[in-house]
Amino acid sequence: MPNNKVLAIRRQNFAGWSMALPACLLVFTFLILPFFMAFGLSLTNQRLVSPNPTEFVGFDNFRQMLGIGLLTMEPDVDDTGNIKIDQEGNPIYPRVRNFTRNQDDYPQYFKKREWFRIGLPNDKMLVVLSQDVVFMKALSNTLLFALIVCPIQAGFALGLALLINQPLRGINIFRTVYFAPVVISMVVVSLLWRFIYDGQNGLLNALLQMFSLGLFEPVDWLGNTTTALPAIMAMSIWQGVGFHMVIWLSGLQTIPISHYEVARIEGATRWQTFRYVTWPSLRNTAILVMVIITMQAFTLYPQVQVMTRGGPLDSTQSLVFQAVVRGYEKQDISGGSAISVLLFLLVLSISLFQRYLTREKD
Amino acid sequence: MKQIVITKIIACFFIFTSSSVFAQTQLSMWYHGAGNHVEGEIVQQIIDDFNASQSDWVVALESFPQESYNDSVTAAALAGNLPDIIDVDGPILPNWAWAGYMAPLTIDESKLDGFLPGSLGRWNGELYAVGLWDAACAIFARKSVLEANGIRIPTLDAPWSHEEFDAALVTLQNSGDFDYALDLGMAWTGEWYPYAFGPFLQSFGGDIIDVEANMADGALNGDAGLAFGEFWQSLFARNLVPGTSQDGADRETGFINGSYALQWNGNWAALPALEAFGDDMLFLPAPDFGTGPKIGAASWQFGISSTSEHKDGASAFIEFAIQDKYLSAFSKGIGLIPPTEAASAMTPNYSPGGPLEVFYGLSNAQATLRAVTPAYVVGGKVFEKAMADIANGADVADTLDAAADEIDADIDQNNGYQ
Repeated sequence: MPNNKVLAIRRQNFAGWSMALPACLLVFTFLILPFFMAFGLSLTNQRLVSPNPTEFVGFDNFRQMLGIGLLTMEPDVDDTGNIKIDQEGNPIYPRVRNFTRNQDDYPQYFKKREWFRIGLPNDKMLVVLSQDVVFMKALSNTLLFALIVCPIQAGFALGLALLINQPLRGINIFRTVYFAPVVISMVVVSLLWRFIYDGQNGLLNALLQMFSLGLFEPVDWLGNTTTALPAIMAMSIWQGVGFHMVIWLSGLQTIPISHYEVARIEGATRWQTFRYVTWPSLRNTAILVMVIITMQAFTLYPQVQVMTRGGPLDSTQSLVFQAVVRGYEKQDISGGSAISVLLFLLVLSISLFQRYLTREKD
Repeated sequence: MKQIVITKIIACFFIFTSSSVFAQTQLSMWYHGAGNHVEGEIVQQIIDDFNASQSDWVVALESFPQESYNDSVTAAALAGNLPDIIDVDGPILPNWAWAGYMAPLTIDESKLDGFLPGSLGRWNGELYAVGLWDAACAIFARKSVLEANGIRIPTLDAPWSHEEFDAALVTLQNSGDFDYALDLGMAWTGEWYPYAFGPFLQSFGGDIIDVEANMADGALNGDAGLAFGEFWQSLFARNLVPGTSQDGADRETGFINGSYALQWNGNWAALPALEAFGDDMLFLPAPDFGTGPKIGAASWQFGISSTSEHKDGASAFIEFAIQDKYLSAFSKGIGLIPPTEAASAMTPNYSPGGPLEVFYGLSNAQATLRAVTPAYVVGGKVFEKAMADIANGADVADTLDAAADEIDADIDQNNGYQ
């Protein structure tokens, strides 16, 4: 027989749940339900605008995106059997188009496109074909973006946090200044940086020219395939660094002063203090920062949308940008959902891997 | 105090019943021009005149910003809340008609005699919408510049040939007086690309989608398409035109301040150019790249939604709106081309002898519809990306192949848009 105390707890439990109910409902309707719907839609041919009924197509959308073909080409030979050579002395290869537009002889390559090529010994050329080159480029760009942005952003943020974690007069001004870009909308920041990166009269070019005494040739930062993605990376790091700085700062402030006092009494140098006192105490903060930065890096979108729209030549395509372009602009909801599902699986596996690496080793 | 309340209640009751005595049926109408003050006033004027002219219908206007208009219609269609009267951008109309958003118009077709063909929205043999204006593109040029460089001034009957056009660009570039010989407007991403550059492809003999065959393969990447693509790329490779990273401000001012010798632009930009150069200003027809000179046709048009319960009322409104006085009002207000000769004659700019008369002629002689198929919505987007990629140096054949494949895959996915 339950006593009064248990009953009271049950009653409180009920009150608690009923208070949480509205939030739970909202989270379910707008986060959990769409999440499962994306899974479902990615297995259909659902369109944004269509009078046709939706059909189940299995994994077609994923096959379409991930299809890969390998083609090994021999150089062209002339009538005498010699390899044809271009002006720079490199062998000339047949056009990939001869293979990818020829359904009868090469059905396995039909309608695939060249992604990249690798030179093999004996003048052979390995061409990696993909069914959906734009998706592949979006995938590789997003991975590269995460790989470079995560460590640099986390590092800078820690540096800034250490700098502003000092009992100095007016330190709050610095905290505000570093945090300011975070509270400004990414779209606004992107618009401003588009002017900074402008190839003709942008601020960056003007500064570089001034400091190099006019030696620097202006670069069209966002119009160049080699500089567009790095330009977006630099801007993204600057924009997000303040947020992670605050997380690091909160971690730093949980470290008891007494630990530092002990270190000082023991005669530790500043580096030793950081290496053996600060860093181990920041372990949980570091895990949090890494997980958040990775997730944010994979959702690269507004910068691309505002600054380059994926160009030039797909050098700044990203997964989320492609999901939006396909799902909304090209009315292919199922294709957009398929990208979202792949992105989710990617981020989930990376986060699990990070958890595994940072697990308590007892 | 109590008495006042009672009087109020009675008053309310009377207002309520009196309005239902003169029961007029309300028609909802959506328009894409929110934020454009002059345009909004003209539309409101038509609606007020219509509401006053009869006692059966009351049209209520709701305006949307152009950028989000199409999204709003799509969302409303999914939710089953379409208005009675919608306006629709010409090239998108077949897609909306196919999707079942729109019902064919039941207007007496004799009232549409003499309308520019670009202002009538037809699909599958049915008329779905009528435009109160059309737009046209031309090559903006200065007579003095062409004469100084010994370049023939083309006419509607004798436009520049492909070779002549190319030679003119090279001559102008070599004169050294300009940053670029021609400004194509690469800064204007979006529908401008298929609207402005698609007709070049059509003049070469290709198209974004072959409507008859219901596929892009062969039309976009056939011999004509490849020839167009090579020409397109050569414009950028030879630095005759500014590339995709062109600044929007340069697009607006570059021709007028003299950094571009020629500019490919629309009639909406004509007045500032005329103000700047006066009699020296020329609006030249598109070059003939092989199968005749062509420019894009079709702008925003009015139609009826399929879910409207009062199609007769919506029809009556559209019939009312296509009077010449309203067509010319739009032209006077926002500089668009009136779709009938009578309306043109009522405007200072497009009447015979008027400074922009040439655009009416261009629209009449050269206007070519963008591929009239529901597949155009995706086709236009794919074409835009292909044009940008080729301009940035991508391989022409591979890019056009991929674009054609993507459009065809979309057509397949929609069961041929049948």
